Amino acid sequence: MGDEVSKFVQGDLKLVNLTKEFGDFTAVDDLTLTIPKGSFFALLGPSGCGKTTTLRMIAGLEEPTSGTISIGDKNITDLKSYSRPVNTVFQNYALFPHLSIFENVAFGLRRRGIKDVKETVMKALELVELGHLKDRKPAQLSGGQQQRIAVARAIVNRPAVLLLDEPLGALDLKLRRQMQIELKWIQTEVGITFIHVTHDQEEAMTMADTIAVMNNGKIEQLGSPSELYENPKTTFVANFLGQSNFLQGIVESESNGETIVIAHGIRITMPSSRNNGSTASVKIGVRPEKFRIHFVGSELPGNLLIGGVVTDISFVGVSTQYMVEMPWKQEIMVFEQNDGGAPNIKKGDQVSLTWEPQFTFALNGE
Amino acid sequence: MRKWLSKNIIRIYAGVALFYVFIPVAYTIVFSFNDSKKRNINWQGFTFNNWLNPCDADGICEALGNSLRIGFISTLISTVIGTMIAFAIGRYAFKGRSSVNLLIFLPMATPEIVLGASLLAMFLNLGINPGFWPTIIAHVMFCISFVVVTVKARIAGLDPKLEEAARDLYANEWETFRRVTFPLVLPGVAAAALLAFALSFDDFIITNFNSGTVSTFPKFVWVSATRGVPPQANVVGSIMFIGALAIVILGQVVNRRKVR
Repeated sequence: MGDEVSKFVQGDLKLVNLTKEFGDFTAVDDLTLTIPKGSFFALLGPSGCGKTTTLRMIAGLEEPTSGTISIGDKNITDLKSYSRPVNTVFQNYALFPHLSIFENVAFGLRRRGIKDVKETVMKALELVELGHLKDRKPAQLSGGQQQRIAVARAIVNRPAVLLLDEPLGALDLKLRRQMQIELKWIQTEVGITFIHVTHDQEEAMTMADTIAVMNNGKIEQLGSPSELYENPKTTFVANFLGQSNFLQGIVESESNGETIVIAHGIRITMPSSRNNGSTASVKIGVRPEKFRIHFVGSELPGNLLIGGVVTDISFVGVSTQYMVEMPWKQEIMVFEQNDGGAPNIKKGDQVSLTWEPQFTFALNGE
Repeated sequence: MRKWLSKNIIRIYAGVALFYVFIPVAYTIVFSFNDSKKRNINWQGFTFNNWLNPCDADGICEALGNSLRIGFISTLISTVIGTMIAFAIGRYAFKGRSSVNLLIFLPMATPEIVLGASLLAMFLNLGINPGFWPTIIAHVMFCISFVVVTVKARIAGLDPKLEEAARDLYANEWETFRRVTFPLVLPGVAAAALLAFALSFDDFIITNFNSGTVSTFPKFVWVSATRGVPPQANVVGSIMFIGALAIVILGQVVNRRKVR
């Protein structure tokens, strides 16, 4: 139905007060979000957080309970999925098993009434480097190849927005890494807005310019990968993206942009801008790789935790992971680069931990 | 010896089972070449005459013609209606779906003799005389159940994501059905049609009640059995068997090509 497709719709994708309820369950809860044109955007969250439902509403495969979806100035909320300038790369690719690779890729073009599809289809197949497989059937392709065909089948239509629903979930780790780089490259090449739904935080961080972390149908935090990682605003984000150590504390003072927190009797200094808590009781967060581990007496300046005992050491190639038990029985996780800088520490050794104040973040306490 | 036996027991068992199953078929084919006039019981000598003149036995070709006509028409009607019912049950949640499911299953579970007798009573009550069309109506009725079950299984195995993908790729409802859904369900529909034809062609009990004076091939064999089945009946039986075998082999070959 080529004439119905709004071919020339371009611009930012805007979701306004988007809500989806299934009976009593609210899958997407009053979501408002603007995704700039041409960006690589990731919706990241655990299963059941509403990310896939959001994607399906953008694709037109699910009807919102309330709210609007628009691209540029055009409201597409009530358009059928076949009339939207949006294409999807499905989780298990959903290639048509009875059609050849060429016909799979040509499907969207033919439905829009385009007569001469050969050149366009071959260009898309060349982009994913699978032009030589055009006469095969999907079942004759490997998982990685099917994945690329699914991408080619979607981008050949030059949609305003391309949706990717956990597109790499079915691939093995090595292939997944390779496809991450390739997808990123394709996105830069074609300049289409990509919205990538995933539960894999590493995947989201590798590929996306902007990540929205979703939980219980709401966006917990939105930002660049480094913003989310370095300065998480909620405990959920801090735990979902990487690992964190938390120390329960009370804000003692705040002056000259510096906040002082007392946790377990220890004075911890941090920039006030990184205190995301709103109460006096705060949770101090430090990423495991920000710690430096020392023998007692040879500590570096900065925040200091003393009296730790190493309870476990595991060597993981690029780094060594230490578990350090504090006097108040809390175990702290520490990652040290294996670059020769770390002291030769054994299990049972007494150690101190230091870190620079600017790596500290604080959240609302319990 | 024990070891040999434990290794080959499955093969021996399979061989015996196949032998058992194929005795009647082999008998039918061999005796289609029997040089007998009426009673095709004792071997009288080899001849091609039965194969060259299959219509020589009185009424056999008329009966066969009726069976084929009834088979084709019933198959066509039951496949079309049955496929539509299968889509309705398999794809849409509507009020009374489970009762429809049960009702569709009922003719398969009812003894044929009961079905045949009830249908006859119904036709007579309605003032319809048994004959060609009442037979077709009866055949369509029991064939539909098998068509629905066969096609429904195929629809259930269809990934709904494929239809979503089609819609996502600018195909409207009708095009999605025509380009994606139907081609993928088609093998199930074809299997259902073959099954329906075989059931209709083969049916004796229900046909016997509702066909009146119209002769069909099973009726012909039944009637002639009292006087002795002519060898031409074996010829027709052999052709049906070889035809069915040819379809199966063709299907296998096509499938293998597709995989390659």
